[in-house]
Amino acid sequence: MSATATRESAPRELTFAQAVREALAEEMRRDPRVFIIGEDVAEAGTPFKVLSGLAAEFGTGRVIDSPISEAGITGIAVGAAMTGMRPVVDIMFGDFLTLAMDQIVNQAAKIHYMSGGKLKVPMVVRTTLGATRRSAAQHSQSLHAWVSHIPGLKVALPATPYDAKGLLKSAIRDDNPVVFFEDKMMYQLKGPVPEGEYTIPFGVADVKRLGTDISIVATSSMVQVALAAAERLAPMGIEAEVVDVRTTVPLDKDTLIASVKKTGRALVLDEGYRRYGVTAEIASLLVDEAFYHLDAPVKRLGAMDVPVPFSPVLEDRTVPTPEIVVETAKNLCGRS
Amino acid sequence: MAHRKTKSRTAKSSGPARDERWLRFYRQMLTIRLFEEEVNRLYQSGKMPGLAHLYSGQEAVAVGVCEALRRDDYITSTHRGHGHCLAKGASLERMFAELLGKAPGYCSGKGGSMHIADAETGNLGANAIVGGSAGIATGAALSAKMTGSGRVAVCFFGEGALGQGLLYECMNMASLWKLPVVYVCENNLYNEYTRFQETTAGEIAARPAAFAVPCEAVDGQDVIAVHRTSQRLVERARAGEGPAFMLCNTYRFYGHHVGDVDRGYYRSREEEQRWREGRDPIKLLAARLLGSRLADGRLLDQIEDEVRRQIAGGVDFAFAAPYPDPSEVERHVYA
Repeated sequence: MSATATRESAPRELTFAQAVREALAEEMRRDPRVFIIGEDVAEAGTPFKVLSGLAAEFGTGRVIDSPISEAGITGIAVGAAMTGMRPVVDIMFGDFLTLAMDQIVNQAAKIHYMSGGKLKVPMVVRTTLGATRRSAAQHSQSLHAWVSHIPGLKVALPATPYDAKGLLKSAIRDDNPVVFFEDKMMYQLKGPVPEGEYTIPFGVADVKRLGTDISIVATSSMVQVALAAAERLAPMGIEAEVVDVRTTVPLDKDTLIASVKKTGRALVLDEGYRRYGVTAEIASLLVDEAFYHLDAPVKRLGAMDVPVPFSPVLEDRTVPTPEIVVETAKNLCGRS
Repeated sequence: MAHRKTKSRTAKSSGPARDERWLRFYRQMLTIRLFEEEVNRLYQSGKMPGLAHLYSGQEAVAVGVCEALRRDDYITSTHRGHGHCLAKGASLERMFAELLGKAPGYCSGKGGSMHIADAETGNLGANAIVGGSAGIATGAALSAKMTGSGRVAVCFFGEGALGQGLLYECMNMASLWKLPVVYVCENNLYNEYTRFQETTAGEIAARPAAFAVPCEAVDGQDVIAVHRTSQRLVERARAGEGPAFMLCNTYRFYGHHVGDVDRGYYRSREEEQRWREGRDPIKLLAARLLGSRLADGRLLDQIEDEVRRQIAGGVDFAFAAPYPDPSEVERHVYA
């Protein structure tokens, strides 16, 4: 659905963090099997305050403060999920997924297949991505390409409060392990969120802005960057279509391909490292499926292939900005 | 294996129920042993794909512990998992079928020897990552506690898993939250191809003690001792008193896996002979049964004949079973 349509039908605005919290609260009210486990989730409500108030409503038996044990809590969630619960694991920073990687990649992602479909792992790993908080190299990475690479995992990357609520509710109800990435720079982003119950299915991309001249295919925070760039391109006579991937697994190939067939140009934008990243997968797909509709090579923009530095001057260079997107889009449209 | 009468060892108390129970232990251990001898034959003759990690020598642990569990209690197992799966109630037919990669196997041929799982018997799966199932077992215990199901989870692992941090993370949480989980460490003396003394500092029992998890060491070749200890620890967990750690001292008769035949560089033939002759859990139980007149040689031979027939039936079933349809390769990636 388009952002405009949402605004008309929804009187209420929430921040991204509030939308996440509301999704969790609604799901925990709906289904007693849902529980949260993670570091500083109960009293503290996480360092980003995303979970504030949930422990008060649901108790510390369902909003469980854990030791600093990422592998342990992820593994415990796998076992709980296999035996009838629907755990939501909070991994404070996406960088800490590395500590839980065996449990995510070798256990959660494999068990349904290895058991010939007899066992299921309905769990969600909620975590963050994104740079520009001056947090340096161990708190700034966007590692969603890692998990998108693994068969058996689903991966969601909401870009608006509306999508965050709808996608998280779908993630919790999914019978598969889902890794759910929230950009920590977007927690205060406001947007329309309907009060009532709604879910957004996985594998359905969203055209966030209609355009005719170039498709900017983006994920997570880069959707906001793409929308900002599109506003600057419009006065130059370039109407950019912004397509939000929303879930990298499953990937809505049809919407992406249809957009590129319409515009004839594609720029793929993602905050993960550019090398071997999500952008490469999507660019390859577009070339495979829409080659004869393309008027220019598909371009990719991602984080620089360096550890994210601390100094603001350096850090800001590592992540795609609206300026870079505008420049790249102009080049692609022959307007340099 | 033939049974000779050995020196009399008297059981402390006996009765018809106990007689049957001990005979069942015997049958179960023998089933695991003969199953694995067949697996070894199939592998050596090139009829079984992949490889297998044999449990022979350790049967008393799987049987002693699983006989203390309800059918709906959970277990997690290891890459050396045939014994745990069979002891928890898996069928020979579907075990052999899985090992041969056939469609009726427990995992439709997608798991193989190292990944057999069976939800119906509470078996949450063998696991090829050393120590990898500590989280799963502890999570199953958490869900048992949250739902009040009264179930207990048993986490089987070898002493090699003592080198993995996941185990300690999980023991910490299990102790903090009093989860109904029993960690069963089978110390068979070797981490794959390395003596455990070279990899394991300090005392094993001191590790659970550091988390305030009670630890009991037991002779892992004595199925009745294993059973009595695990019964106590399982019931303790079921009563809400929290996790426990059982250290079973045992021995792996074969190599790390079926292909590990030249193992002179890490352990001696003499050592293997010593364990096989003097510390075989099946021979030890047989001697006890005979000595206390709970069984005679004829009965034990009859049990062995029956088990051999069942094994042969399982192998026949598996060979006759179809392979999965090739289109199955893309099924079960997602639920």
